[in-house]
Amino acid sequence: MAKRIDVSGLSAYYGNHLAIEDISMTVEPRSVTAFIGPSGCGKSTFLRTLNRMHEVTPGGRVEGKVMLDEENLYGAGVDPVAVRRTVGMVFQRPNPFPTMSIYDNVAAGLRLNGTAKRKKDLDTIVERSLVGANLWNEVKDRLNKPGAGLSGGQQQRLCIARAIAVEPDVLLMDEPCSALDPISTLAIEDLIGELKERFTIVIVTHNMQQAARVSDRTAFFNLAGVGQPGRLIELDETQRIFSNPSAQATEDYISGRFG
Amino acid sequence: MDTTPTDSLAPPAPAGKTVTRAGDRVFLGLSRGSGILLLVIMAAIAVFLTVRTISAVSQDHGNFLTTFEWNADNTPPVFGIAVLAYGTVVSSVIAMVIALPVSIGIALFISHYAPRRVASPLAYVVDLLAAVPSIVYGLWGALYLVPHMQGLTAWLDQYLGWTVVFKQSAPGTAARSLFTVGILLAIMIIPIITNVSREVFRQVPRAHEEAALALGATRWEVVRMSVLPFARSGIVSASMLGLGRALGETMAVATVLSSSPVLTAHILDPAGGTFAQNIASHFGEATDFGRDALIASGLVLFVITLLVNGAARMIIARRKEYSGAAA
Repeated sequence: MAKRIDVSGLSAYYGNHLAIEDISMTVEPRSVTAFIGPSGCGKSTFLRTLNRMHEVTPGGRVEGKVMLDEENLYGAGVDPVAVRRTVGMVFQRPNPFPTMSIYDNVAAGLRLNGTAKRKKDLDTIVERSLVGANLWNEVKDRLNKPGAGLSGGQQQRLCIARAIAVEPDVLLMDEPCSALDPISTLAIEDLIGELKERFTIVIVTHNMQQAARVSDRTAFFNLAGVGQPGRLIELDETQRIFSNPSAQATEDYISGRFG
Repeated sequence: MDTTPTDSLAPPAPAGKTVTRAGDRVFLGLSRGSGILLLVIMAAIAVFLTVRTISAVSQDHGNFLTTFEWNADNTPPVFGIAVLAYGTVVSSVIAMVIALPVSIGIALFISHYAPRRVASPLAYVVDLLAAVPSIVYGLWGALYLVPHMQGLTAWLDQYLGWTVVFKQSAPGTAARSLFTVGILLAIMIIPIITNVSREVFRQVPRAHEEAALALGATRWEVVRMSVLPFARSGIVSASMLGLGRALGETMAVATVLSSSPVLTAHILDPAGGTFAQNIASHFGEATDFGRDALIASGLVLFVITLLVNGAARMIIARRKEYSGAAA
């Protein structure tokens, strides 16, 4: 668990449209890496290439290499389903399975994997995951109630619990707080700080203060113009990106001159 | 500019009096009127059916519910719905058992599996099937399906005859049976169930499917975890539409079924009848009283349809708090 991601020469397409071009970067294990950049710069697309979710979009395809420690996720014979079991993902809008109870939502991934078939093991992991997502105390008395009945912030933590229940190597978060109020956002940010002890975390955010608060390293993406592919401008220690970035475009963006 | 009370720029109306626009009033009247009209029509149908039914059933010399034969124009009249109710239910159940899995399969294939250039033509062909008139299905059933059922019925009789259900009383007779009718009805309702299910499957939010995908679900697991639970109530509705057509189907059944006042568990035997088929077969030469008797049987069919719909609504309501609409 908590593996290093090493991306080299990665481009992603929607049909014939080149969305991101030639991205190379390393994401350190047990740390939080934030992706920032203006809308349409391809940061979400890039995130979705890291667990092979990009290719489920019709016309979506990827060129290049993503190494997870020693394994190329895009190597021949690699099953994308298996990749997604080791690289978890949390989405912009909380998306618990509406027809499932809180318990079943957390257990969903475990049941897919076929691990922990016995009820007792399942109970243990569900509790551990909900505790890990700082949700246990709020829901322990109503595990059999539908997950869709929780508040937005609780639903998002439920989705995090669901993602970490299968003990992934990496946790991808696509603007996980953009649909939440400030208090729920704070709860998720605190949680991210705890989760990085165990997982490699990549988070896409539009909120630069959030990137500054939660991440160890920050990557800035940009695009030359509408219809142009997104590119990685720079990746550095978060503190450096926000105080003394090496690229002019980064400085312009974080100081609010565009984007 | 004039400042009539309906002008949006006009100052607020005095307290206690809300501003209404002429267009709103017209639309309100129209929609309320259509609602009332519908209720009036429903009530009129119910009164008509009930009055005729009472007058017919009160003169029935058999037991209306348990008598097998339908001799409403004899003196004294003896008629009952036992065979018709049984035949209607059995043929519809056979149709549903066959049509539901096939329809969901086709709908899933169109909405989730097939590449777009295959899916669109396929969906169009299924739409076309729904537009074929039932008499055409009936002729096809009688002239093509019945002779070609011989092999299947013989096989079922030989290997599954011990189940009683698939036993043929007289092997080799033409397959003008409830079983053949069920298959024909299944073919007729597949397009309906498929079309409605397909639309429901298409409406499954992308976020639900991605939730499953991101957990490492295969395509089938995505269908099982996200698509089918979300579409559950839609599938029930689709089935009800299909079942409604199967229960009420007239010409196709009348053309294929060799009807007789026999109630048998052997569904391969050319025997039995259905409400709609019975009405179609007898209506032409029926006396006024005979028509009232047929109307009585129609009322029973109506009640059965109502019960089935009620049951379906209960299925949908039972897990309402888990319904996908809540998300």
